[in-house]
Amino acid sequence: MSNAEIIGQDPGWVIALKGVLIFAVCVFLTIMSVWGERRLVARMQQRSGPNRVGKFGLLQALVDGVKLALKEDLIPKSADRIVFVIAPIISTTACFMAFAVIPLTGPVNFFGHETVMQMTDLSVGVLYVLAIASVGVYGIVLAGWSSGSTYPLLGGLRSSAQVISYEIAMGLSLVAVFIYAGSMSTSEIVAAQDQWWYAVILFPSFVIYAISMVGETNRAPFDLAEAEGELVGGFHTEYSSLKFALFFLSEYVNIIAVSALATTLFLGGYRALPGLGFTEQWLGGWFTLVWFFIKVLGFFFVFVWLRGTLPRLRYDQFMKFGWKVLIPFSLAWILVVSTLRVMSQKEAPPALIATFIFSIALIYVAVATLLDRRKVAKEKVARNINSLEPDFPVPAIPNTRVEQING
Amino acid sequence: MDNELTPRSDEFGLAKADQSKAPITNHESASFGKQLLGFWVTFKTMFKKVNTVQYPEVKEPTAPRFHGRHQLNRHPDGLEKCIGCELCAWACPADAIYVEGADNKEGERFSPGERYGKVYQINYLRCIFCGLCIEACPTRALTMTNEYELADSSRGKLIFEKDDLLGPLRAGMVPPPHPMYPNTDDSNYYKGEVTTSHPSQGIAKND
Repeated sequence: MSNAEIIGQDPGWVIALKGVLIFAVCVFLTIMSVWGERRLVARMQQRSGPNRVGKFGLLQALVDGVKLALKEDLIPKSADRIVFVIAPIISTTACFMAFAVIPLTGPVNFFGHETVMQMTDLSVGVLYVLAIASVGVYGIVLAGWSSGSTYPLLGGLRSSAQVISYEIAMGLSLVAVFIYAGSMSTSEIVAAQDQWWYAVILFPSFVIYAISMVGETNRAPFDLAEAEGELVGGFHTEYSSLKFALFFLSEYVNIIAVSALATTLFLGGYRALPGLGFTEQWLGGWFTLVWFFIKVLGFFFVFVWLRGTLPRLRYDQFMKFGWKVLIPFSLAWILVVSTLRVMSQKEAPPALIATFIFSIALIYVAVATLLDRRKVAKEKVARNINSLEPDFPVPAIPNTRVEQING
Repeated sequence: MDNELTPRSDEFGLAKADQSKAPITNHESASFGKQLLGFWVTFKTMFKKVNTVQYPEVKEPTAPRFHGRHQLNRHPDGLEKCIGCELCAWACPADAIYVEGADNKEGERFSPGERYGKVYQINYLRCIFCGLCIEACPTRALTMTNEYELADSSRGKLIFEKDDLLGPLRAGMVPPPHPMYPNTDDSNYYKGEVTTSHPSQGIAKND
């Protein structure tokens, strides 16, 4: 039985309970990830991070939430009140909705009922996730626009431009997965990865997805929309209290959501690591949940690692990277993948496939060399400009310190 | 001098030539692998010992000459060293010190010599802990301790009076006012010749 059929047999109470459970898990994970991120980044900076509320500061996010809730809820005079209130709700709702199609476990015994931890199994599940993510952008745009203030407007525009640009690269990176899995349903994509993860066979796609998911979630080093030094807080500058908390929540739910999608599409979802397949039967199938969260948290760690390591990109460089590198590269990659796929389906001779791969490699090397040469030429020009003698006298540059002291 | 200068003018050209030969070291020419090294730095740091001091629970000693709260010192027999000269107040760039001197009277002596500090206040809302007052003090009456926990709940509490600033009475000291050590004058005190109190000065502190 496929996941869709299993889910189709769910009685109402199972569906309701699953919805509540998935929501609860999301919220819990978000709260814990706020704490986890702060602790991890702190360790990367040789600090200890929040450690005062509860054991290891575990309750920090909870306390932060209470603090936010108790703050004064301001709505600026020039804000569009209705949109201002709706925007964070859109933002939060959208990122929770993405979880509806993510399969968290394999078949499990759910209070005596055989089911899978997945709300629904659409045949176009991944497209649904992309669509929902686009709806989430409305939250950001409307928040920036309705604030009636300059910085939020600029921040909102920036992040919407960013999310939309990187969604293209993201969508393109998924095409290869669709081609290989022959399906857009999340559960079938997971099932198709029982031999090899797509992160291995479609490595370039995986890299593109991994980069664009950081851009998509407005996270460092792509957090230009919230560049403190330039735009104060970006689109949520004017927000306070619970409305701000909603944006805060949605940012982290978003991270977990894209990580969950990446896990599902590239890392075999809830399936165990290679060679550990027997663990999938443990706890009546519930152990697959552990595998799923291990992978998601792995992605989360990378998010934090990026934030701890990389400086923020300049906006134009960021857009240039998205449009001039990621998108053309993924287009070319899709061409290669689809050709290979058709070849293997038509049972082309191995020699032909080898020739194809070889020629692609050649083209890649040629293009890379050409680009490299252009760069070197550019640097040469820059060097020539540097070495021009100035037409005014300059003092000698002392070669050694000894000379400086004696002379 | 002229001979020394000539080769330097030649070097002018040399230096320029060297400069143009120098490899370009802008960020773009750093290889991709080198850029990835940054990830290793942050990863490695995660396993290093955390630098944070858990402050209220763990208090690390300050540097030995840390500028903390002031202290008004005493001579070994318990008399105050402060002579009320106000030099500290004059030296203070933040105008944080207020001193009123008064004459020592026979039978009510607080310091050796003629004068003593009757009122001595330091306003820790103004003090910048520069230590100029300590440099100005001619009798070494005013020094600084290493105590830095000076926060309080009102402005009034942060104006420290003489009682708050005076050093504790140690063993062998007699709480002033009391007469000077028999057969001495103030210069004996300043030369450090008075090392303890005399029974005629009063009852000394034991412990």
